[in-house]
Amino acid sequence: MIKAILIFNNHGKPRLSKFYEHFNEDIEQQIIRETFHLVSKRDENVCNFLEGGMLIGGSDYKLIYRHYATLYFVFCVDSSESELGILDLIQVFVETLDKCFENVCELDLIFHVDKVHHILAEMVMGGMVLETNMNEIITQVDLQNKMEKSELLLADKCSFA
Amino acid sequence: MPAPIRLRELIRTIRTARTQAEEREMIQKECAAIRSSFREEDNTYRCRNVAKLLYMHMLGYPAHFGQLECLKLIASQKFTDKRIGYLGAMLLLDERQDVHLLMTNCIKNDLNHSTQYVQGLALCTLGCMGSSEMCRDLAGEVEKLLKTSNSYLRKKAALCAVHVIRKVPELMEMFLPATKNLLSEKNHGVLHTSVVLLTEMCERSPDMLAHFRKLVPQLVRILKNLIMSGYSPEHDVSGISDPFLQVRILRLLRILGKNDDDSSEAMNDILAQVATNTETSKNVGNAILYETVLTIMDIKSESGLRVLAINILGRFLLNNDKNIRYVALTSLLKTVQTDHNAVQRHRSTIVDCLKDLDVSIKRRAMELSFALVNGNNIRGMMKELLYFLDSCDPEFKADCASGVFLAAEKYAPSKRWHIDTIMRVLTTAGSYVRDDSVPNLIQLITNSVEMHAYTVQRLYKALLDDISQQPLVQVASWCIGEYGDLLVSGQCEEEEPIQVTEDEVLDVLEGLLVSNLSTPVTRGYSLTAIMKLSTRFSSVNRIKKVVSIYGSSIDVELQQRAVEYNALFKKYDHMRSALLERMPIMEKTASNGPTEIVQTNGETDPSVVETKHPPPVTQSTNQATDLLDLLGGNDMVPVIQTSVPTKPASAGGELLDLLGDLSLSGGPAPTPAPSVPTSQPPFLLDGLSSQPLFNDIAAAGIPPMTAYNKNGLKIDFTFERANPNPNIAVITINASNSTEADMTDFVFQAAVPKTFQLQLLSPSSNVVPALNQGTVTQVIRVLNPQKQQLRMRIKLTYTHRASSIQDLAEVNNFPPQSWQ
Repeated sequence: MIKAILIFNNHGKPRLSKFYEHFNEDIEQQIIRETFHLVSKRDENVCNFLEGGMLIGGSDYKLIYRHYATLYFVFCVDSSESELGILDLIQVFVETLDKCFENVCELDLIFHVDKVHHILAEMVMGGMVLETNMNEIITQVDLQNKMEKSELLLADKCSFA
Repeated sequence: MPAPIRLRELIRTIRTARTQAEEREMIQKECAAIRSSFREEDNTYRCRNVAKLLYMHMLGYPAHFGQLECLKLIASQKFTDKRIGYLGAMLLLDERQDVHLLMTNCIKNDLNHSTQYVQGLALCTLGCMGSSEMCRDLAGEVEKLLKTSNSYLRKKAALCAVHVIRKVPELMEMFLPATKNLLSEKNHGVLHTSVVLLTEMCERSPDMLAHFRKLVPQLVRILKNLIMSGYSPEHDVSGISDPFLQVRILRLLRILGKNDDDSSEAMNDILAQVATNTETSKNVGNAILYETVLTIMDIKSESGLRVLAINILGRFLLNNDKNIRYVALTSLLKTVQTDHNAVQRHRSTIVDCLKDLDVSIKRRAMELSFALVNGNNIRGMMKELLYFLDSCDPEFKADCASGVFLAAEKYAPSKRWHIDTIMRVLTTAGSYVRDDSVPNLIQLITNSVEMHAYTVQRLYKALLDDISQQPLVQVASWCIGEYGDLLVSGQCEEEEPIQVTEDEVLDVLEGLLVSNLSTPVTRGYSLTAIMKLSTRFSSVNRIKKVVSIYGSSIDVELQQRAVEYNALFKKYDHMRSALLERMPIMEKTASNGPTEIVQTNGETDPSVVETKHPPPVTQSTNQATDLLDLLGGNDMVPVIQTSVPTKPASAGGELLDLLGDLSLSGGPAPTPAPSVPTSQPPFLLDGLSSQPLFNDIAAAGIPPMTAYNKNGLKIDFTFERANPNPNIAVITINASNSTEADMTDFVFQAAVPKTFQLQLLSPSSNVVPALNQGTVTQVIRVLNPQKQQLRMRIKLTYTHRASSIQDLAEVNNFPPQSWQ
């Protein structure tokens, strides 16, 4: 099971934080800080797996992370997930973001944090992997966005009428 | 009121803040605006406001006042509203707040909505944070959706079902019928989530597991199609067809095949195929291979397959990619128990990983190396591990040191090697060694009798170099205390003996006492060591001086020890050599856990365990223990009653104090000792009636016996029964000396089997006069509740013609009436 998905930048500022298990708000922030601290210490050419920090709980949990340009993508998982598989999943996630936002960069994540959440919701649900096919995810996300847009247009039409 | 700003605007504004305080100010202002907007119950802008609130929540600011608003959004008809509302619910709400229950109705309606995306949202939210009550209410809806033909909804329903099962395990049966057709789906998304659902059900219930075993052929077929199907653009990831699904299926196969021969049989082929055909150039291929290896190791696969699996892991170890190496080490650790020999083949690679720069890899390699150590490779491995210990990070040192000790204990090829290894660990990582290994080491050293001189010499030299590492210092000072005589005598077979004088040794020990680096425990060790040397060295005066200084130490423990040792010098000097004798060999009950030491045959006296704080109590107890050891299975201690006969019973009382927790029944407690030796004035029996109970002997009719007769010393036992308790036999010993010289410092000790209890009263004197001019008498009371045959082992110590003599004897010839 995936316990949490975090995205933060090189200075530790959170760009997305999704927890699949409940923690208090301040604990959540502490976890983000602690994870950043652990991950930023890592060298470039070491492995992408870290034994998890104390807060996020226990000996069964690992932090699997990837560093892309200015962002760290961190998945906190337990032993029921394949470590190498999660690495691939992170790759799929980033490629999906890339397709949805056209050459995604940090600014996109900053200004469209809700959209990123929606994309993530199509991939991971309740801590479990839902869909891994990039095209399928993008298709569904596009359709939902279209629905939103059409509603907005409708609302505008009504307000003018 | 002006329209609330868009999310984008807010983000832009916040980003212009240059300090944390500025940011906080902006956020607070915006929060106030949002709050008033909420109060206005304006539907148009609610969505925007909640989106902003969620953003602020991510940055770490409190946002719980938006929880109800999320609910209102969920209830709205617009998709946009619902989307943000459900997202807000997932981020802000949880089952600990009652508010979330209000969602149940909305979710129920939305699960039946006409638009699949709304249904999807509802499923998603329920699957993320649904509480058990919600799950119970809505499980029926989820189950319905599991059977729908819409693949988008079906896959979400499957994962939602997993969540429901996790929250309310009793509902698992409900989903069973729906799973029938799950695997015949074409859509990979549905397949994937179905496999997850099946996995969850199998993990939770052995019945389900048995039920789903029949799915193995189907799973095998799906996997085969994936591998053989060739290029399919839809599912391709780096040249492999849907690796995620392959990995999932392999995992489910693992669970189904465990402990089941038939299923394992059915999987053998496909596993071999996957293992040999998968491309390993990219990470996806390696992920599949890794999963395959884990599956092979877990099920009852044939040996050829297992060897293949371990070889794959071996190849992984040589891979440049650190992730692969890490993963390989982790799985080797899991398999080393079952396939030890196969893993041994890769030992050299594993040992190389110890030198890797990556901390995670080093830790795995260290654990694995310890698991691989055996009798054959101990020397080589230990060299590597000691080298690792020298250079590793402090976080590893404690674990590594403990591991080295354990391995050395199990597989040491020779005692000298063992001691050398310990020395090496103590000197390089001495401060990281666990506290409880000190007693372990002491015991080990005591038991390697022939190495005493060598050990003490090396420890002494190590002390000269460095006194900062406390465990090393503690072990060293204990050894010097015990074997200091060997040190100054300059005998050492193993290496070049060093020339050391008594004063130098005492200098070192005193240095430890005053050094700031020594902990109180260490000081205790050194003081006791100095004291022990008083019987081994000749410079007793110096030692006396040191000991008396510490009699006024601020540290209570040191003070107590010094005072007791002082007393030993002054009043009990004759006992000193006996008390401070060499330690006997200690036995171990089990070689697990460093805390389990010295339990000598049922002797559970705690003072024996604390050999590291040996006040004289332990010494004397150990002597008794020595005796008891040999008798096997005796308990009961206070066998030493050597109060100076010139003093009355109160002296014995002081002795008791000195000997601390030595139990009590040793009574010079003024119990009326019913024995009255005819020929000796009864010193201890002041104020006691001297009724000769000899009449009772005749009355009881138990014949006296000779227990011991050797070298001119004869010991007779006479019996009588104590009147109030017929189970107690009272034995009076009479020791007489037929030689021409007196026997002085005579000490009589006795031990009995476990079922008996023994009480030894004070002797009449400790000089057995020559030529039978007198006897020493002593009373023993034996309690025999089980009426078992009385056996006794006695130990006699005395000085005769200026030589000290010790003897042990067993007394088995007790007349039957004495114990029946």
